[in-house]
This record gives sequence, structure tokens and C-alpha cells, in this order.
Amino acid sequence: MHHLSSLPKLFSRCLVAVPIAFALHASATAETVARYGISMADIPLTTGQPDRGAGAYQFTGHTIYDPLVAWESNIGTRPGKLIAGLASSWKVDPKDNKKWTFTLRKGALFHDGSEFKADAVIWNLDKVLNDKSPQFDAKQSAQVRPRIPSIATYAKVDEYTIEITTKSVDALFPYQLPWFLISSPAQWEKLGRDWNKFASQPSGTGPFKLDKLVPRERADLVKNAGYWDKTRLAQTDRIVLIPIPDALTRSNALLSGQVDLIETPPPDVVPQLKSAGFKLVTNVTPHVWPYHFSTQPGSPWADIRVRKAANLAIDRDGIVKLMNGLAIPAKGQVDSTSPWFGKPTFKLTYDIAAARALMAQAGYSQAKPLKAKVIIAQGGTGQMLSLPMNEYVQQSLAEVGIQLEFEVVELETLYLHWRSGVKADMNAGKGISAINLGYVTSDPFYGITRFVDSRAIAPNGVNWGGYNNPKIDALIDQIKTSFDPKVQDGLLAQVHQTMVDEALMLWVVHDVNPHALSPKVKGFVQAQHWFQDLTTLKM
Amino acid sequence: MFSYILKRLLYTIPIALSVTLVSFMLVYLAPGDPLNAIAPADAPAEVITALKAAYGLDQPIPVQYGKWLLRAVHGDLGKSIASGREVVTEVLGAVSNTLLLAGVAGLAGVLAGCILGALAGYWHGGWIDRIATVLSVIGVSIPHYWLGLVLTIIFSTKLAWFPAMGAGPGGSSEWLWDLEHMRYLVLPALTLSVIPLGIITRTVRALVADMLEQEFVIALRARGLGNRAIFRHVAKNTAPTILAVAGLQLGYLMGGSILVETVFAWPGTGFLLNTAIFQRDIPLLQGTILVLCLFFVALNLLVDILQPLIDPRMGRA
Repeated sequence: MHHLSSLPKLFSRCLVAVPIAFALHASATAETVARYGISMADIPLTTGQPDRGAGAYQFTGHTIYDPLVAWESNIGTRPGKLIAGLASSWKVDPKDNKKWTFTLRKGALFHDGSEFKADAVIWNLDKVLNDKSPQFDAKQSAQVRPRIPSIATYAKVDEYTIEITTKSVDALFPYQLPWFLISSPAQWEKLGRDWNKFASQPSGTGPFKLDKLVPRERADLVKNAGYWDKTRLAQTDRIVLIPIPDALTRSNALLSGQVDLIETPPPDVVPQLKSAGFKLVTNVTPHVWPYHFSTQPGSPWADIRVRKAANLAIDRDGIVKLMNGLAIPAKGQVDSTSPWFGKPTFKLTYDIAAARALMAQAGYSQAKPLKAKVIIAQGGTGQMLSLPMNEYVQQSLAEVGIQLEFEVVELETLYLHWRSGVKADMNAGKGISAINLGYVTSDPFYGITRFVDSRAIAPNGVNWGGYNNPKIDALIDQIKTSFDPKVQDGLLAQVHQTMVDEALMLWVVHDVNPHALSPKVKGFVQAQHWFQDLTTLKM
Repeated sequence: MFSYILKRLLYTIPIALSVTLVSFMLVYLAPGDPLNAIAPADAPAEVITALKAAYGLDQPIPVQYGKWLLRAVHGDLGKSIASGREVVTEVLGAVSNTLLLAGVAGLAGVLAGCILGALAGYWHGGWIDRIATVLSVIGVSIPHYWLGLVLTIIFSTKLAWFPAMGAGPGGSSEWLWDLEHMRYLVLPALTLSVIPLGIITRTVRALVADMLEQEFVIALRARGLGNRAIFRHVAKNTAPTILAVAGLQLGYLMGGSILVETVFAWPGTGFLLNTAIFQRDIPLLQGTILVLCLFFVALNLLVDILQPLIDPRMGRA
């Protein structure tokens, strides 16, 4: 009787409990998907070394693959640092500072199930550095060879140890290694030694596996549940990368709910995105938008007073306003929070009176302006709002007696002018004395030393303006032989101080690498780098 | 007819050759470097030299062109420098996507243009004519990428009726003729259709207005024929010209939708060309231009074959 009387209650409980159980089950098993509108026209190369620059590593680089030495990309509150990747530790030989020993991580598996060992590292180094090896891939090699210029030789010591010898003593060498990613030799063999097949069925050791690739349309990355670093397991089951090169189209896709997050929304759309409830994420980013001056004799910028006057003539806050807040005023080549910033005595303020005074000392005024020709790009990656920003600079400099003439070219053409150096006929022959090109400043070599080292004057490097200072060369040599990171930072700060005090460039703003996120997106951490960790993305 | 088709097919060869030659030369005349497709901006000289050798770009331009042509006549358009993928696969995939978009846009534009033009021509000088004239002028002169953006803002971001971009929820490779997928086609096709709409409206309007004043139409009326019968005669006489204009329009849509495809991230030939141009990806650029050229020639050939079937006088001429 007791049982019969409790039946209706039991039934009513079931009525409530069953749908809840189903709902819980569904939420526990439903795949979480993040759709990411990226600014590239195609999915970057998926074979190991992504093309399309530093920004591509977050998509098909550090997602599918791992480097030996990684960059800490899952923290946004401070600059990241080098951390262990597939090499659990590394050290330089105290007797021979050119020799580095890397102890490899045990238990890391490629997505195809094969084990990561020393042979895989040697195979991958051959893949990009040894054009006689069967696995040599010219495309991957082209991407990474400029990033790992120090490697001279390499050898396997045992199953989990390798040795790399650098061309000269180079304490900054570990900074080169986050760019070098390890593909699976076993998968390449399985696919008939064909890199094109490998591109659609890649295999690395990274936190994501490539599930689907439709060129120019989408790439589906799915969580690698067996990833060796359990602290970096992906928080989203699937990330769909959707190339949308047009910035307005990208914003429209976000506003209409077709994607959940986008990179680089156009500044004009920022107020609309914010008012529609989308979150705008920005952070200090290793990038600077400068005019790189020629310091050659006869250059209008050879006089330090002119260079300083140019730097004092720019209202950087005004440019930030023009960008709707998507920029930070530059105080030097790197952001002032960088350990390499130092203590420059020359402050990049907006001081028209001081700028005019300097120009007057140099013999110029608004009535008798100094004329200079600058080569700029009409737009493109890293160039921000190239034309409006350049026009702003042009008008600002005219106020202090510097009359700029622009040679406007496509970004690809600008690169050609940049690689060739100021003395090349294509620059000097046209009277070009400055170049406007956005620089990545993520590591000491990329951000600082290559622009001021006299041994990197074109064609040996990208010291475009031909700056030659024996003291700076000596400091760079000292940096390369200092293995203590604190000492390195101190020396880099000295180089940077000199750069700013000599006003070697006209530094305008730093990019903030903006992202717009739908309210559904949680846990997106924007690192202070072009490398980002998509494992933090949570829906 | 067979010899006519054969003759026209033979004409295709010098046209295609000229197009490839001109486009090959234009790429080299333009500033920049084909290696930008693969080499980072700061690649040192030794990397550039090695790459040039690996891709045969260190050889004289006529040799490069000759080698490319030799492979092309064997159906091998080479591999994209940037992606390493087969150009044939890339181009044919993009052509099918553009054909879908251009076909729907062209059909909509031509049909609407014919109806609007016929009405305007029939009521020549009336309010319908004035509306049709305004619409056709707008269709011809409006920047269609701007129209695309406006349509997206209204129908996608504000009203959420149609998607803002893409070729289906799973990409173009999973295209299906169902409502879910066709929603992706609406805005780009509508944007693209305004040009053929404008041109066809103007053409049909002028043709119909002119035809209705011809003596044979007056004679038909005198014999007591009704509007429907007269319309059949007018339609038959205007069809060859409309067909020629429509054929050209479809050809233009196939190759000329770069901006619309970019605005809607539609993975067609325009999008492909845009990427290839900015990357100086010569094999991809050459392959796309060649296929589009052949398509254009084939379309014109088809029009030339169809015209005499509709109007036998043209065959006799």
C-alpha cells in the first residue's frame, strides 16, 4: 500500500529528473566549438613551418606542433619567457660555448602514435637545413631558415639527447628555437614521402590535431586528449579557423554570429562592436610602427637634431585616437614595460616648440623646409592604417619644417626595398631616405640587434639605414657571449637606450593586436606576443 | 556547322596563347618578387637564391614561359608556389564555386532584366520605363562591393536573415542545394546580379521599343494579331542580341567578381585571383587566367552556335 501511494510522487520525480539527466548528459558530451575568423587569405601551411609570418604560428604552428624550446604564451599580464617544449632542458657547454646540449622529453607522442625521439629532431633539422636529405622541403626551409641562422651542425647523442653547434658563440640562440617546429617522420613515410599529402594529414606532437582542411575556407583543429603537457590541454574540443581577409567582412561575420571571435577588427567598427556587447581584447604587443631613417652621409636624417625634431613633432595620442584606441604611443623601439627598454634620456614627447627649435638649429623652418622622401606601403599586415597614419605624420612634420614626399608601393614591393638596404639603387637612386615598415620586436635579435649591428647592413641583414657604431657592435658581441639572462637584458637595455638617445628611427605607435570576442567566448588569454596559445580558448 | 565550330575552336588557340603571354609578362613587369609567396620578408640572400633555383625562377623569363606552356598543353598547370597544391585542382574548385555564384546571379539578372526591359520598351516613355531606366542606371553605375557591404549590414548583421560570408556551413566542398546552403548564396548573388540586370534592362528596353516600331510589327497588327502573338515575334527577333549580351555578362561575372567574392569571402576564382596577385603566385595566376580565358571563349562559342539556331538568317550570313 505504501508503495502504491508513493507511485505518483515517484512518477513526478521521474518527470523532472529524466529531462535533467538528459540535459546533463547532452552538455557533458556536446562538442564545444569555437569559430575563429582570421585575417589571412588562406590557412597557413600545415606541414610544420607555417608561412604568412609570425602571426600564423598561433593557427597551424604551435597548435599542431611543438618546438624544442617554447615561448610562454598563456599569460597576458607580463611578457612571456622561454620555457621547456619538446626539450625538457638545455645547456651550453662551459668549455665550448658554441655547443648546446638538449635533453629531450620522454613520452611525447606524435598524433600518428609514433614516439618523439632524437632521430625526429635530426630528421626535422635536415628537413629545413639539408637540401640533400630526402625530406628536405624548400617551402618549410624558406620559412624557418632565416629564423634559425645560428645553427652550424647538429648530431644525435643518444635516444633522448641531441647536440647543436652554433656558427659563433650566441647566447641568444635559444630565442631562435620557438620558430622551429617538429613534424612526424613516421607520418611522412606513411604518406609516401609526400609533403602535399602531409599538409592535409599532418602529424605533430601539439595540443591540437588537424581534423579537416578546406583550402582558403576552413581548418578544423580538434583537441589532442593525449597531449603530453596536461597543464595545456585544449579547453575547447574544436576550433574552426576561417580565413576572412577583409576586415569589414570579418566584423560582419562576428556581428551576425557566424564566428565567435575575430582578429584585428577595423578601428571604425570598434564602437559598434562594443555597443553590441562584444568584448574587445588588446595587449602590449611586440610590434612597432616606425620610420627607419637612413643615417648615411647626405641623408636628410643624418643630423641627429632633425631625427629628434621629427620624434618630438608627433602627437602620438592623436594617432591612437585615429585608431579608436587600437594602438599604444611608442616611447622607443620596444614598449617601456620591456626589460630591454632601459633608461633613455631622450623622451618621445609631443613638443612642437622644442622640435622647431631643433630644426632651426639645423637650419630649417616651415618657410625653408627640409625635404625628404619616404617609401611606404598602401597597407598590409603589420602596417596598421598605413595611409591615414602616414598622412598624419606628414602633416605633423610639416608643422616643424620637414616636408615629406611619399613613394607608395605594395607591401611585397616594400619588402624588396627593405631587404636591399638604403644604398641600393632602388632606394638611393630614387632619393628615398626613410622606410615605413612595421617591425616585430619579439626577441632581442628580431627587435633590436639586427637593426643596429653594422655587420647586418644589407645585403647581410636588415640594418636598412646603414647605422654603424663600433660601441654598439661591441655591446652586441657582449650580449652574444653572456649566458645569464639578466646580464643579457641589461646589455640589451644599453643598446636600446642608445637607439632612442640617437633617435635612430621615428617611433610612432605599437600595435595592440586587437581581438573581438562574442560573449560566449571565455578564457581567451592574449599574450604579449604574436604567438598566442589557443588552448586557453573556452566556450 | 561542324566546320564552323572547328574554326572557332582553332581561333581559341592564339587567343589563349596571347592571354597567357600577356599575363605572364604583366606579372614580371609589376614591381615585387614572385618569391614573396614563400620567402619571409627578411629572408637572407642565400635563401632567396636557393629558392629561385628550386622553383626555376633563376632561368630567363622566356625559358620559364616556354616550360610552363609545354606543361600546360599536357594539362599540367603546375603547383602553386605558395601552397604547393596542384593548380588544376585549385582552379577547378574555384571555377565551380564561381560558376555557382555567377550562374545564379547571371540568371537572376538576365531574367529580371528581360522582364523589366520588355515592360519598359512596351510602355516606352511611361512610368514603368522611367523606373526601369533609373534601376538600370543604378545597376550599371553602383560600386557592387559597396552594395555588398550595405546588403550585409542590413540583411545579415541587423536582420540576421542571411549569412554575412562563406559558401555554406561546412565550406564549399560540402555544398548542397537545400535552404540552409542557399541562404549563403542570396546576398552575393543579389549583389552580383545588379550589373547584368542594368545592362540587360537597357538592352532589352531599346530593342523592344525599336522593334515595336518596325514595319513588320505594324503589319502584324494590321493583320489582327494579338499582343501575345506579336510578343512572340518581337522576342524571337530580339533574342540573338540578348543572348550575345547575356553571354558576355556571364563571362564578365566569371572573371570580374574579385571584389564581391572578397567582400563575401566566397571561395571562387575572384578570391583565388586576388590571393594569387598579392602573393605573386605565378603558376596559380597563370592557371586561373588561362582557365577563365578558355571559359570566356567557350561561352562566346556557345553563343555563336546558339544564335543561328534562333535566327537562321545569321547562319546564312
